[in-house]
Amino acid sequence: MKEAILEFAQHYNYFITIFLMISGLFIVIARGNLIKKLIGLSLFQTSVYLLYLTPAKIHNGTAPIYDYAYDTYSNPLPHVLMLTAIVVGVATLALGLALVVRIKEAYGTIEEDEIFSKDPEAE
Amino acid sequence: MSSLSWGTIEPHLPILLVILPLFGSLLTTFLRKGILAWLIALAVTLVLPVFSIALLMKVMETGQPIVYQIGNWPAPVGIVYKVDQLSAYVLTVISLIGAVIMPFARRSVAAEIQEPAQSWYYTMYLLCLCGLLGIVITGDAFNAFVFLEISSLATYVLIAMGRHRRALLAAYQYLIMGTIGATMYIIGIGLLYVVTGTLNFDDLADRLRLAIADPGYRNAVITALGFIFVGVSLKLALFPMHVWLPNAYAYAPSLATAFLAGTATKAAIYLLLRLIFSVFGVALTIDNLPIPQILLVLSIAAMFIASFSAVFEENAKRMLAYSSVAQVGYIMLGVALINQAGLTGALAHIANHAIMKTALFLALGAVFYRIGSVMYSDMAGIGRKMPLTMGAFAVAGIGLMGTPGTAGFISKWYLGIGAIDAGMYSVVFLIVASSLISVIYIGRITEVVWFREPSEAAKTAKEAPLSMLIPLWILALATLYLGFDTRATVDVAAKAAEVLLGGIR
Amino acid sequence: MLTSLTDLTRTMPDADLILAATLIPAAAAFLIPLFYRIPNLREAVTLVASAALATVTWSLYPRIVAGAQPELKIWEVAPGLDLSFKVEPLGMMFALIASTLWIVNSIYSIGYMRANNEPRQTQFYVCFAVAIAATMALAFSGNLFTMFLAYEVLTLSTYPLVTHKATPEAMKAGRVYLVLLVGTSMVLFLPAILLTWGVAGTLNFTAGGIIAPGDLSPLLLGGLLGLFVFGIGKAAVMPVHFWLPAAMVAPTPVSALLHAVAVVKAGVFSVLKVVVYIFGIETLSTTGAGDWLVYVAGFTVIMASIVALRQDNLKKRLAFSTVSQLSYVVLATAILTPISAIGAAMHIAAHAVSKITLFFAAGSIYTAAHKTEISQLNGIGWKMPWTMTAFAIGALAMIGLPPTAGFLGKWFMLQGAVQSEQWFPVTVIVLSTILNAGYFLPILVRAFFMEADPVRLQAAGAQAAHDTHDDDHGEAPFPIVLALTITASMSVLLFLFPDIALDLAKLMVAGG
Repeated sequence: MKEAILEFAQHYNYFITIFLMISGLFIVIARGNLIKKLIGLSLFQTSVYLLYLTPAKIHNGTAPIYDYAYDTYSNPLPHVLMLTAIVVGVATLALGLALVVRIKEAYGTIEEDEIFSKDPEAE
Repeated sequence: MSSLSWGTIEPHLPILLVILPLFGSLLTTFLRKGILAWLIALAVTLVLPVFSIALLMKVMETGQPIVYQIGNWPAPVGIVYKVDQLSAYVLTVISLIGAVIMPFARRSVAAEIQEPAQSWYYTMYLLCLCGLLGIVITGDAFNAFVFLEISSLATYVLIAMGRHRRALLAAYQYLIMGTIGATMYIIGIGLLYVVTGTLNFDDLADRLRLAIADPGYRNAVITALGFIFVGVSLKLALFPMHVWLPNAYAYAPSLATAFLAGTATKAAIYLLLRLIFSVFGVALTIDNLPIPQILLVLSIAAMFIASFSAVFEENAKRMLAYSSVAQVGYIMLGVALINQAGLTGALAHIANHAIMKTALFLALGAVFYRIGSVMYSDMAGIGRKMPLTMGAFAVAGIGLMGTPGTAGFISKWYLGIGAIDAGMYSVVFLIVASSLISVIYIGRITEVVWFREPSEAAKTAKEAPLSMLIPLWILALATLYLGFDTRATVDVAAKAAEVLLGGIR
Repeated sequence: MLTSLTDLTRTMPDADLILAATLIPAAAAFLIPLFYRIPNLREAVTLVASAALATVTWSLYPRIVAGAQPELKIWEVAPGLDLSFKVEPLGMMFALIASTLWIVNSIYSIGYMRANNEPRQTQFYVCFAVAIAATMALAFSGNLFTMFLAYEVLTLSTYPLVTHKATPEAMKAGRVYLVLLVGTSMVLFLPAILLTWGVAGTLNFTAGGIIAPGDLSPLLLGGLLGLFVFGIGKAAVMPVHFWLPAAMVAPTPVSALLHAVAVVKAGVFSVLKVVVYIFGIETLSTTGAGDWLVYVAGFTVIMASIVALRQDNLKKRLAFSTVSQLSYVVLATAILTPISAIGAAMHIAAHAVSKITLFFAAGSIYTAAHKTEISQLNGIGWKMPWTMTAFAIGALAMIGLPPTAGFLGKWFMLQGAVQSEQWFPVTVIVLSTILNAGYFLPILVRAFFMEADPVRLQAAGAQAAHDTHDDDHGEAPFPIVLALTITASMSVLLFLFPDIALDLAKLMVAGG
């Protein structure tokens, strides 16, 4: 039991990652509101940042800036990667929101079921 | 400064393939006149096939992959672009399709998109092309993700530019599905990075062989494989993850549909092949996950269910979109056979299907240009008014059915041999049975456009302008030509298949 | 001009002649639309092309009879998929029949299409020329791939001909036609070719066959044969015969050439060719893998005849008669003796000239009298003596009576069956002869010995209300009468001088 708790404590950020991932995906699937879906999608993407950054942390490592005083650094690569991923995420969210604005203009609603009832063939 | 000669360009072809459309898209952003943007896009897209064909010929000649180190940084540190037979082949297909349809674009885009947005359309078009070429050329797993998202984001915008309000919804739905797919892909890549500490495809391949033997890493590798498989399958519209595709293709502007149908799913298929065969390796994949079996079942389901959906469609673009899902099934079936003939058929079909489907969608684009609709009810009797357009449609349609003498038959023949070589005789019959359904849906639209009394819209229609007919007929004739001369498709595809299967040994 | 053309063809190399046989009709297909504004010139293209084609095939004939089997490999599409031609005796015979009858049929078409004011005549002649090109390619095909290619082109090019009238009925028929013919060829024929490739590693037509008896178990061998026989839907073996009666909505010239000669003959020709050159008669008879085919073909012969008995529509009756007669050829093939194979080949020739006569006559009646039903034909023999005399000759050939060509084919088939002591085919042939007489003789009796019934005629008049000269008509236009007289005489001549066909048939069996 104690080992299990320790195991959990050691990997707690992975569990947070998985929790975020699942809840994000769940929101995307389960919600009919187009904005909420995008929120879920962002959550899902954000969880990936954690997934990458967690293993990049090295114990006792510092920021990867070269200095004689330190010999252990965090791995900079995942950070860089996630910087890119964040940009992609923001772009996706912005585009998604823009689409929702246009959908609202065209259909007068952002609820999926109402849109489909107005335009059954769009499903 | 040295003069700009082929000698100075040649070593840099791989990067030029990506940055030319990228810079082109930057230029077009600042233009307010659609025609100027079109000219730039035309210039860029016409140059790209020259580059990709040069790469293809070089790779085929030497048999060695071309590795391009960006900024001269070698592999583990920098990102490399790697062009082997497979990627050069897919690059050629994508850049050729991207170029052939550009003369068509001017009138089609001008008719379907309002003036200030026209130049943005070309921006997105070039960005999408850049992304697709990037996916195929890169040798780095994360870089592939970036290009995947560049092409996807551009695609969402292209689709949303469609005239009907359903285009917005289709774009939104695709955005959700596409982002989930791409995110799953980087989750998988992230896991692989944790295990191996590299993102380079070649290094990944080497280290994964070792990692899989270590029980501490095994589960992570298998999970990564699962995530990547599902994520990329979403992008390539593998049944049943295809639900975004029919509406996206149906409501996007005509030209965007023609472009996407020919190229977008093909790049994703390339990525999946690259990962399964070159990175994970067939042995690792087969031993740990029943991916060939899953692919077999799903592709056969796609071939039948999607084809049946196509039979009952009333919207010609949606009909062809469902047909695309079915055709992706064909390609993946060839992949699932995991033998030389099957893979050759699958790879040959990447080019053959791209050509045929683009021709079909271009023909519909010409019809839309003239009568503003692609519903069967409006297209009735249009063949008599636009015989050249619908003639090309018929030729490409016959190709899609897999009639001998067309490109479609060649793909089918190799898939059939692949199935026989794999000892799966029942699959032979499934392949031919599903192509019978394509006879029905192509036959149905043929009957509508040629033999029904002309609709109100069709009565006043005229033949499409020459700038549309020429690209259309180039592709239609290519459908026939590639049914007889298969050196450009089968020979290259066979070499590429050898490279992929080389990973097994 | 014609003599200089024959001089030219006499000195041409084999390869050029083979190519010309396919290219002449193909070129005609390109030229015809150029003259769509000038119908006379357009028809002239068709006539000149048909004459040129016949010259080419007939100048190949003496070379083949002399024992040559010229080959021409055009292009390797992919490894194993060659586009190649090889003229063997059977294909030579088929090409002779089709090319000769194309001339006659062109004359007839011109008369028919003009007299009936058919729409879209340019499209009609183009598709026709493409179909003939495909027929030539099929006749000379050197391997299964080339055959399959030509077979599919033939189907697709005749689809617009079947739906020519663009009525709902014609479109429905077109649908049946396309789905059944393309369907069977894709779902059965193509896998059969693939499996053959898998077993034999080649697709070339070779004397004696390419599949050795030990390659497959008799059961699988029989199954493969089944794929071929039913996959070649044009042979109309039951139950894949539906397309043939349905296709009768097409204009009569289409029914005549395509559904009495080119298309259906392409079917049985392909079956015969596959049996002789892919399986080999030897292989099939020693393994017994083809025995079932006798029963299927025999069943089709009898059933189609019984259905034909019940048809009142003249063209429908002829269509079912065709189904029955085609299965004669398949039956003769399935008897698997050399002499019955000769019978099969003879019957292809005999049925071609006789059935085209019958269709010409049916079209002649439609053009002159606007009648389509048998019950309307009372006393018509005296109004249209040429037409009905030709019809009578054709009918006698169908029954298999001398002095018509139909007798010879049946005679060889019976001989083959009796020699190999297969009593089922013998029974089928005898029984069907009686049935054939049962559905053809009443037409002749009506036409020549029954008084025109005024009540019936009025009813018929109501059906064809647009037409007023129902009971007041003479012969059909001259080109039509000329064409059917020619084919009827051919039917008799082929009986009197059977050597042309017989020599080729014997060469085929001898393995040349």
